[in-house]
Amino acid sequence: MAETDSGSGFHAPSISEFFPPAIFFDGTPFEFNRIQLVRVIVTVLLILWLWLSTRHAKLVPGRAQSIVELALDFVRVQIVESVLGKTAGRRYLPLLTTLFFIVLAMNFAGVIPFLNIGGTSVIGLPVVLAIIVYVTYIVAGFRKHGPGYLKISLFPSGVPPIMYLLITPIEILQVFVLRPLTLALRLLANMMAGHLMLVLCFAATHFLFFEGGGLIPLTGVMTLVGGFGITLFEIFVGFLQAFIFTLLAAVYIQMSEDDAH
Amino acid sequence: MGGVQLLAAEEGGAPAGIGVFIPADYDIIWSLVVTGVIAFFFLKYLMPKMTALLDERSAKIEGGLEHAAKIQAEAEATKAERQAELVAARQEAGRIREEAHGEGNEIVVEAKSKAQVEAQRIVENAHRQIEAERQQALVSLRADVGSLATDLASRIVGESLTDDARQSRVIDRFLAELEETSRSSEAVDAGTQPAATTTETGK
Repeated sequence: MAETDSGSGFHAPSISEFFPPAIFFDGTPFEFNRIQLVRVIVTVLLILWLWLSTRHAKLVPGRAQSIVELALDFVRVQIVESVLGKTAGRRYLPLLTTLFFIVLAMNFAGVIPFLNIGGTSVIGLPVVLAIIVYVTYIVAGFRKHGPGYLKISLFPSGVPPIMYLLITPIEILQVFVLRPLTLALRLLANMMAGHLMLVLCFAATHFLFFEGGGLIPLTGVMTLVGGFGITLFEIFVGFLQAFIFTLLAAVYIQMSEDDAH
Repeated sequence: MGGVQLLAAEEGGAPAGIGVFIPADYDIIWSLVVTGVIAFFFLKYLMPKMTALLDERSAKIEGGLEHAAKIQAEAEATKAERQAELVAARQEAGRIREEAHGEGNEIVVEAKSKAQVEAQRIVENAHRQIEAERQQALVSLRADVGSLATDLASRIVGESLTDDARQSRVIDRFLAELEETSRSSEAVDAGTQPAATTTETGK
C-alpha cells in the first residue's frame, strides 16, 4: 500500500483499511488505533445520548425520551417478546437490548462523517459479542434442562435412531461451532464489504474529479451518486444486521430453553 | 493468532488471508472494554430505569381504565335509580290524582245530599209554621166568630137569650153547623181539622 499512500493516483481500498497504524501503546495488548478510537467515541456518544434522554425520564415522555422508548420498544416487542414470549423475554431483555444497541451504534459509525468506519468491521467486537451470545444460550440450556440439554439439542426426538449417526455430528457442529461463528462472520463481512464499497466509490470520485483529464470528471458524478446510494444502503444494512444479530441471539436462547427441539 | 499478527505487522500492519478473521489481542481487549462499558450502562442504569417506568406506566393506565369503568358503572347505577324513582313518582302522582278525583266526586255527592236534606228541612219547617199559623188563625177566628155570632144573635133576638145555659147550647149548635159546612168545604185538606174541631167541641 506504500506506493498508493505516497503518490497520487487511484487510491484503491484494501484490507489495510481495517488495520490502521497504532496511535499509542504500539505493540502491546492495549494497542490503540483508529478503529479503537472510533469504538470509544461511539460508546461515549451512545451512552451520552441515552443518558441525556432518559435522565429525567417521566411517565409521560417528552420528545427525546419518546425516541429512546421507541427504540427500546422495538427491541422488546419485535425481537424479544415475539421470539421468547413475555415471561422468558423479560429475563433476557436487558442482555438482548444491550447487544442490539452496541451492534447498531457500531454499525452506524461506518456512515458517520469523520468516523467513517464501523466499530464492527474488525473481527474483535463481533467475536466478543458472539461469545456472549454463545455462553448465554448454552448456560440457558443447561440451567433449564440440566445435563439433559445435550440430549435434547443433540439427539432431537422423533428421528429414527439410526439417523443420529448423521444428525448428531451435524447438531454438535451447529450448536457449538457454527452458530457463534456465523453470528460473528455475518456481521463482520457485511460491515467490511459495506466499508470497502463506500471507500471505493468515494476514492474513485476523488480520483476522477481531480486527476481525470477531459470529460473524465463527468463519470465521477456517477460514482458520487453511487456512493450516496451506498451510504443510504449502509444505514439500512447497519440496522438490518443489528436486527438479525439480536433476533438470532433470541432464537438461539429460545431453542436452548425449548423442551422439544 | 500472535503469529499471524506478527506476520501481518511485517506487511504494513495488515494481516492477510484468514488472518483477517482472527482477532488480535488488542482488538479483543478494546472490544471487551467498550462492550463492558455499554453493558454496564444498560444493565445498571438504562434497562432497570426504563423497565420500571414502563411497568409504572402500564399500572397507571390499567388503574385509570379500572377507575373509568367503576365510574361508568356508578353512573349507570345512578341513572337506573333515577329512572326507577321517576316511574315510582309518576305512579304516585297518578294514584293521588285518581284519589282526588274520587274524593271530589264523593264531596259533590255528599254536598248534594246535604243540600237536599237541608232543603227538605226548610220546606218542612215552612210547612210546619204555616200549619201552626193556620191553626192559630183558626182558633182565634173561632173564638171571634162565637162572640160575633152571639152579639149578632142577641141583637137580633133581643135579650131572651141571656140565660147562660141556653146560650151555650145555641152556640154549640151553631158551631156544629158551621163546622159541618167547613168540613164539607175542606174535605180535600189534611186531617188536622177534625182533631181541632174535637178539641173545640170538648170545651
